[in-house]
Amino acid sequence: MIAGLTKRYGSRTVVDDLSLTVRRGEVYGFLGPNGAGKTTTLRALLGLVRPTSGTALVLGRPAGAASSGVGALIEGPGFYPYLSGRENLRVLARYAGAPAGRVDTVLRTVDLTDRARDRYSTYSLGMKQRLGVASALLKDPELVVLDEPTNGLDPAGISDMRALLRRLSADGHTVLLSSHLLGEVEQVCDRVAVISSGRLVVESSVGELLGLHRLVIEAEPLDEAAAITTRLLGPERVSVVGGAVHAQAGPEDAARINRALVLADVEVSGLRQEAQTLEAVFLEMTGSELVAAGPDPDGPPAQRTGRLSRRGAER
Amino acid sequence: MSTTTETEGTGSGTPEPAGPARGTAEAGRRTEPTGRTAGSLGAMTGAELTKLLRRPATWVLVGLWPALQLVFSTVIPFVSYQRGATFEGLPPEAVLASMLPDQLVLNSLSGLPLFGGALLLTLGALLAGSEYGWGTLKTLLGQGPRRLQVLAAQLLALLVVLAVAVLVSFGLTALASGAIAAGESATADWPTVGRLLRGLGGGLLIAATWGSLGLLLGHALRSTALPIALGLVWVLAVENLIVNVAAPLLGAFDTAQAALPGVNAGSLVAALAGDGATLRTPGVAAIVDGAQAAGVLAGFLVLFTVLTALLLTRRDVV
Repeated sequence: MIAGLTKRYGSRTVVDDLSLTVRRGEVYGFLGPNGAGKTTTLRALLGLVRPTSGTALVLGRPAGAASSGVGALIEGPGFYPYLSGRENLRVLARYAGAPAGRVDTVLRTVDLTDRARDRYSTYSLGMKQRLGVASALLKDPELVVLDEPTNGLDPAGISDMRALLRRLSADGHTVLLSSHLLGEVEQVCDRVAVISSGRLVVESSVGELLGLHRLVIEAEPLDEAAAITTRLLGPERVSVVGGAVHAQAGPEDAARINRALVLADVEVSGLRQEAQTLEAVFLEMTGSELVAAGPDPDGPPAQRTGRLSRRGAER
Repeated sequence: MSTTTETEGTGSGTPEPAGPARGTAEAGRRTEPTGRTAGSLGAMTGAELTKLLRRPATWVLVGLWPALQLVFSTVIPFVSYQRGATFEGLPPEAVLASMLPDQLVLNSLSGLPLFGGALLLTLGALLAGSEYGWGTLKTLLGQGPRRLQVLAAQLLALLVVLAVAVLVSFGLTALASGAIAAGESATADWPTVGRLLRGLGGGLLIAATWGSLGLLLGHALRSTALPIALGLVWVLAVENLIVNVAAPLLGAFDTAQAALPGVNAGSLVAALAGDGATLRTPGVAAIVDGAQAAGVLAGFLVLFTVLTALLLTRRDVV
């Protein structure tokens, strides 16, 4: 749990009055564009940086004092290049007070047993990243914090990482996952927080966030339709985009809006519900140019509604 | 096999903390966290020793000092003696006398105030500074130890390695001087156990002072290149300039030089060498008396360690 966390470097505020709550047992997505303050927040959570103000509680203890139940991979893996993967983990296991047997267990978990004898400096980026995850699991921690664990992985690596995250969750770990890749978060997380420029934009379940359906209303006169919709929903949920009114509204609001429009003599020529991808929600909320990184090149968000409904069915 | 043997060099043999027995089965159920868990200091020191001993740079630096020590204090004078030449104005007999076992302490330590110190300072700077360059400090701290525990483990492991280096230097010098004494049929007048122990302790004190200065610079500058460069310039150049150029010219420097780590290291070696020893190595000179030198060095050791601790505990790890 993070409450009112603020971190300034000189006059630059990196994290601004941020409050989040991660519940036990969930996979929590921490989403934001590059430079939004994700890593700084996670560092504060681990006690690596001291917040300018605010507090972070981890498993009921102040950040940094509660490392017992926390394993973390923060901003890329950092290991001794001249040691093998296994030796690196052994060094860390001694620092962690973890039983020596854990080293082989976590190597198996991330599928690195075959290369465990090789020097870390000979590892590929994906293997380094996996060793980083292995080190986060050494203590078999209750909370696993992974900062962009799929950075630099190839599609197969990303898919493996997702499977690993699901396995961790199934084993009863709480996972806090930061990412700027929306697909990743959408697929594995229960709840997400979206931050931008160090501020919390929204914190909710993935389902809820995607459930903020968009109602597209084509009507004449447009101004009056917008005014009526605004009266019903409030100004923050209504916008006029390209000759149509876009309203953040679910199906339950559609009939009510339609009736109000018709009663006001507005000609409604179209009224349709659009589901959104997290990416569209994200772009709307942060207003940022998010790089659609990842293995699958995506079209503009608005054209991805079909993909979402497929995913919705899986859920 | 390289991956199955590790050196638990502290001799403490500290076992891993006895946690609840845990099956090695994949995805074993977690136990409830009971506060901070981290390894014991012994285990952490063992981890630091593993890191040091597996690192080629450690062997280069720690091997180089005793080797150079032997070359300059014994090998070169011996070659010169065998040719019957005078060495730095000394007649051959005096050169022989300076290599015999009764000069063991001086000949084992004379490099420490200068080049030995520079090498050991480099070791400390590498030990601390690399952690920042490789991003391993955050990885270490992520495993749960307190920052002071990390520093204590680093310092203890460094002390173990430095102690071994001092012992190796004594061992090599003893072998060489014993062989020379036997070969030249000279009297092998070995130092008493007390003198030997004082020599080892004094050597370790000097080595630890330089090592801890390296550790401080490495943590302060969070890198390796700059701390090493600054440390070398200080040890090899600045102190020499103060002693040989500034002190004779200005009274203030004449007083100040008595507080320099290198000067005190040189004075301690001179004191440990005993009366009547020929002090010919640069940096070795009795500028202050032995007890004062030991006190000042111990003070520096504490000061450097406290400053490192303050920096490490107060700064953000980014």
